[in-house]
Amino acid sequence: MRVTVRLFARLRDIAGAAELARDLAPGAQATTVGDVWRQLAKEFPELAGYERSISSAVNADYARMDHVIRDGDEIAFLPPVSGG
Amino acid sequence: MTTPLLAIGRGPLDLERVAGALSADPSTRPGQDGAVVTFLGLVRNHNVGRRVRHLEYEAYEPLALKAFERIAAEIAERWPSARLALHHRIGRLEIGEASVAIAARSPHRGDAFAACRYAIERVKQIAPIWKHEYFEGGDVWIEGATADPDDARARAEAERVACA
Repeated sequence: MRVTVRLFARLRDIAGAAELARDLAPGAQATTVGDVWRQLAKEFPELAGYERSISSAVNADYARMDHVIRDGDEIAFLPPVSGG
Repeated sequence: MTTPLLAIGRGPLDLERVAGALSADPSTRPGQDGAVVTFLGLVRNHNVGRRVRHLEYEAYEPLALKAFERIAAEIAERWPSARLALHHRIGRLEIGEASVAIAARSPHRGDAFAACRYAIERVKQIAPIWKHEYFEGGDVWIEGATADPDDARARAEAERVACA
C-alpha cells in the first residue's frame, strides 16, 4: 500500500520534505494514521516530541490517529496551529 | 468575478472586498442588516520581546478552507441571523500588512460583534495555518493550539470570549 504523507511547518523542516511517499507493508491488522506516524517518528526521531500535540488529516479532512487508511490516501500531520 | 466569502491566498487582503462579498451574497437580503463588523489582523513588529522583521505564513489550503466553512457553520448555528466572510493571506508578509480579514453581518450589532470575534478565535484554534516568525537574531515556527475542531472546550472558550 502506497500513501502520500504531507508535513507542515516545523514537521516539514525536521523531515526535510513537504511531501513523502511511503510504502506500508500490509499487517495482520488494518493500518492506521497512527501507524504511519510511528513509522515516521522512527525515521525522524525529532518528530516523536510532537506525538501529543499533532493533529492529522486524511485526504484533507481532519481524522483521528485510529483512522484506517487505504492505498493512495494523502495523510497530513499538523503541528499546533498559529494562524490569524 | 465575484469575491468568495471564504478564501485563502497570496495576494494582499482588501477588507472592503471581503465586506462587499458578504453584502452581495444571496444570504444577505436587502435592508435586513443593521450592522457589519470587520476585523483586520496585522503583522506586528514585536512578539514576546522579539523584534519581528517579517512573517511567512504556510497553510494546508484545502483543509484550511474546510475549517473556514466549519467556522461559518458554527456561527450559523450559534447566531442564526449572522453571516461571515473571511479571507486569510499566506506567504511572506511584511510588518503592518494584513494577514486576515473578517466581516460579519447581522440585523443587530451584538450578534455581528460576537460572530466576528468568534471567527478569529476559531481561526486561531483550528485552521491549519502556521506563522514562521523571522526576528532580529533568528527565526521560529509559532506553535499555538493543537487543532481539534471537535474539542468542545475550545469551542466553548471561543464562544465565551466572543460574548464577553
